[in-house]
Parts: sequence; structure tokens; C-alpha cells
Amino acid sequence: MATEPKVEKFDSAVLRGRHSYDTVTDKIASIVLTRNQPRAWIFGAAIAFSLLMLFLYTAAMVVAKGIGIWGNNVPVAWALDIINFVWWIGIGHAGTLISAILLLLKQDWRTSINRFAEAMTLFAVACAGMFPLLHLGRVWVFYWLMPYPNTFALWPQFRSPLVWDVFAVSTYALVSLMFWFVGLIPDLATLRDRAQNRAAQIFYGVLAMGWSGSARHWSRYETAYMILAALSTPLVLSVHSVVSFDFAVSVLPGWHTTVFPPYFVAGAVFAGFAMVLTLAIPLRKIYGLQDLITMKHLDNMAKVMLATGLIVIYGYAMEGFMAWYSGSPNERFMMYNRLFGPYGYTYWLLLLCNFVAVQFLWSPRIRRSTLGLFIVAMFVNVGMWLERFVIIVTSLSRDFLPSSWAQYHPTFWDTGLFIGSIGLFLTLMFVFIRLLPMISIFEMRDLVHKTGGGSPRESAENKRK
Amino acid sequence: MKAEAKQLYGIVAEFDTTSAVLAAARQVRAAGYSKLDAYAPFPVHGLDEAVGAPPRALPKLIFCGGLTGGLAGFFMQYFACVIHYPLNIGGRPFNSWPSFIPITFECTILFAALTAVLGMLALNGLPKPYQPLFAVPAFKRASQDRFFLCIKSRDPKFDASQSRRVLEQTGALGVYDVEAC
Repeated sequence: MATEPKVEKFDSAVLRGRHSYDTVTDKIASIVLTRNQPRAWIFGAAIAFSLLMLFLYTAAMVVAKGIGIWGNNVPVAWALDIINFVWWIGIGHAGTLISAILLLLKQDWRTSINRFAEAMTLFAVACAGMFPLLHLGRVWVFYWLMPYPNTFALWPQFRSPLVWDVFAVSTYALVSLMFWFVGLIPDLATLRDRAQNRAAQIFYGVLAMGWSGSARHWSRYETAYMILAALSTPLVLSVHSVVSFDFAVSVLPGWHTTVFPPYFVAGAVFAGFAMVLTLAIPLRKIYGLQDLITMKHLDNMAKVMLATGLIVIYGYAMEGFMAWYSGSPNERFMMYNRLFGPYGYTYWLLLLCNFVAVQFLWSPRIRRSTLGLFIVAMFVNVGMWLERFVIIVTSLSRDFLPSSWAQYHPTFWDTGLFIGSIGLFLTLMFVFIRLLPMISIFEMRDLVHKTGGGSPRESAENKRK
Repeated sequence: MKAEAKQLYGIVAEFDTTSAVLAAARQVRAAGYSKLDAYAPFPVHGLDEAVGAPPRALPKLIFCGGLTGGLAGFFMQYFACVIHYPLNIGGRPFNSWPSFIPITFECTILFAALTAVLGMLALNGLPKPYQPLFAVPAFKRASQDRFFLCIKSRDPKFDASQSRRVLEQTGALGVYDVEAC
């Protein structure tokens, strides 16, 4: 029977087919420098843009009416806003991991996925930033979070993890932006030189800042890029550790746990890789990039997901173990409440998504099937959101004093803002794909060179050797 | 030789492989030229050394940037909590330095990263949207698939016709004059 094989043939190459400097440049640059976009782009951008409108509407209402329109109450003062914040910022971590840590480890397979993973980081951090800002209630005085000379003679409370968070997240956003932009400069020069119409030439020309590819410039460029990677590596670990301090430094059962920093960092990378897969699988199909983003990339990302997923599962096990081992009745009740309390179903769903679904990644057949991977990645996206729901809402709703227990129910403004933020993320992503090369062109040329290709003459010479 | 009709910025030769441009750069250096530069669409290992001493200042600058950030971050908190507005928070000492570490760390990274990016751009003389080389039509491929080697006219040994011959002898695909702007 001549049925189309569902599983793409697997080979371990990070670059498939015969490529030269010219073909990779053309393949990636022509996605941007064209009038026509695939129908999937137009369709997707339209949906994303409508969701962005939902975001603007709900955010405007939250600012105008105050955060009382959310379902938050006391004791559940932190709810969907902080869940979404932690979820988005976690998603961002995979981008930095791919671009910085894998660069330092000299992993060739990062090259074709680092650019859009970095863009994903940037947009995810932008979405994450929205939630604590809106949760301030009076978002127009957000600058009170920063130390600045003021007539009140007041300073932020530097001993508070929430202030550490402000510094960590804003540093992370800025450093990610710089890392991404520095990576783009040579590619912007390529687009400047290839653009046919005047407006595009000026747009890319201004952004490229006159990059000429001088050997001395490349030398400093590589130094700066490597050092940025070396700086981003501890930074990305610190960001989610500091986010976890928001919880771990408090005394609430379910939050006050020493395993939180490593478990949050692993969870962030886990969620981030799931999101990279969620984006990469459709993108490579729509734009025909199967040669550049090969099954090898997807397979490797699935393995990273499996490894970090297992660390997260260890974190769940430790939470359960410590609740029992601590001997504290409050801790034990917290665990019982998590499993069998009114929000118990979220914990079981969480285990389904982050524990059961991930086990499928042991199988090479699933890792090498785009559909199978996409489904597992979607489960993880949901699971990591549920994890933060379990940690935040379940713990807060029943703390020490039964008389002050209360249930939390999200309102339209909670869920609308969350779904809207997905629209914000996707809109930025679609604009990015339209305007900037989604794969680093100069690093692909370098990869072509390293794998024995190059200009037609060069590959002929290499073949003779 | 200075009495020429057009002022030259230099003379540039085009190559299509990394080994060709590397060999050419070494050959031109051996001929006694010192003010030259090579252009490539991706970082070519050893090309910076082939055209002269590679730049080395950036890492030191970044280290100083990071150090400044760390000190500024810590002493900002020290100033706020010990000198300017001492406040008893949970009975902790005013200089509760362990709580100041996260912000000190973030400031170190931020200042070092800013120095890395701005320092790289400043030392490279960017932004500089227009450069004489951009007037050479073939140079458009320097950002795509070709490699270039330029002898600049400020080289003491520069001579329009002789330098052109030196470049032609390297086996270049083409040699072009670059007019000064």
C-alpha cells in the first residue's frame, strides 16, 4: 500500500540537503522580502490580532475600573495575574537557554532555532510584564518600583523578593533585547543589501547601522556575543530563582519550600521548550523550512523537555515528601487539600499533563513524529499553567485559619486578560516573522561552512579532499 | 601619485571562498601593506589576525562595566538602607547584605551587558549608515556570499596602480576602486 508515511524520515543532520551560502541566504531572506504571505500567516495573524483587541479591552477595563473586577479576594490576593506572569516568564527561559547556554556548549543544532526562540523570549517577557503592572492597580505609578530620587525620600524595600523580581525581570528583558538585536545586526545588513524597494532599504539600513562585515568588526562582535551569552546564562538561572523566592521566602504552606528555585528553573525550561516546539512545528511546515529545522532539532528539543520534565516531577515528589516528613500539620493538610480539596481536579490534571503525557517522549517514534510532539507540547503548555494555579490558588485559598478560607473563581476579566495576552504574544510573533529573518542567516552560513559547504567552488574543493 | 582625478578610499578585491580571502590577506600583508581590512558574510576564523592585530580591548571594558554595576547596585542599597532612610524590617540589621545580593547580581549583569553591546558598537564605529565601500556595486554580496579584501589609501605603501596589481595577483574574482566620499 502506498500510503504517505506519517513519520518523517529521521537523519541526524542539523542541515539537510545541499546548501551553499547563497541558498540559505535566499531561503530565509526571501520569506521577509516578499509581497506575498502564505494564507496561514494571514489567517493566524487575523486571529492573533482579534485576541490582541480582547487584551486591550480587558486591560483598559482593569485600569479604568480597578482590579476589583477580577475574582481576586482575600486570602486569594494573587491569582490569575501572578499565574500568568510566572507562566509567561517561564516560557521565555527556553529562548535564552537555546541562544546562550547551547552557544557556550557549542551545540550546532541551536543555530536554526535560536532567532525565533529569542524573539519568543522577548515577547513572552513582554506579556509577563503586563500582569504585575496591571496588578499594581494604579499602573501609572509603576515607576515607584524603581529606586529614583524622589521628594518622598522613599526607597523600594530592598529586602523584599518582590523588589528583587523587579530588578531581575527588567534586567532579563533588557539583556534579552540586546542579545536578540546584536544577533540581528548582520542579518539586517543582508536584508538591506537584498531589499529591492526603497522603503525596505531604508528600514533595514537604519537598523543595520552600517554593518559592513569587516573582519575587525566581526572579531569584536564575536567577543561581545560570547560574553553576552556567558552573562545571560547565570542571569536566566537567577531570574526564575528570584521568581520562586516570591513564594519560597513567605511562610505559607505550599510556598515555603527550599526545592523551589531549581524546580522553578527546570519548570521554566520545560515550559519554554514546549512553546518553542509549539511554534517551530507549524512554522517549518508553513514556510518549508524542513531542511533548516530538521527532525534532529525537534528530537533534541524533545529530549531536553523530557529531562527537565523529570526534574519537575522530582519537584512534585519532594513537595509531597516534605509535606509528610516535616511533621507540620499545616504542611500535611496543604498536600491533602491539593489532592482532594475543592481544587483537587487541577492537581490531577496537572499530573496528567506534566507527568503522564511527558512519558511518551521516551519513545523515539513520538519524538520523531511532528504530530505526536505537538500534542505532547500542548499538554505541557497547559500543564505548566496548571502547576502555577495549583501552587498559587490552592495554597492561598486555605491557609492557617479556617475562618479566613475562601474560594477563588476567575471572572471574565481574569480569563479575558489571559487569553488576550496570548493574542499579544502571537501578534508580536506574526509581526516578527513578517519583518525580520526568523532564522539567523549569518550563523546558517557559518554552519554551511563548517559542514563542508560554501560557495560552489568551495564545496567542490572540499569534496575533492 | 597624489595628483589623481578622483580621491580613492582604497582598492577592494572580491573572492568566493574563505581560504582564498585568507591567503590573499596574508599575501598582501607579506607585500608590506598594513592598512587593510577584510569583509565577510560571517565570522571567518583567523581573518582578523590575517589583516592585522585583532582588537582586544572589549573584554576589559566589559569587566569594568560589570564591576561598576555590582558596586553601584550594592552601595545604592547600602546607602538607602543604612544612611539615607534606615528602617527596622523584621529586626534585621540595617546592612542586611545577604538580602542585597540578588539586586547586586542583577546590576552586575545589566551593566556588563550594556557595556558589551554599546562598547562593541562604539569600538566598531557604528552606527555609521554610509561607508565608501557601499558605493561598489559588487560589495552588496559582502553580506551574502562573497569575501572582500581592501587596501586603504591611507596605507603608507598605497599606490593606485601598484596596489591594484598586488590584489590582482592574489587570484581575486574582481578588483574595484573605492572612491572616497
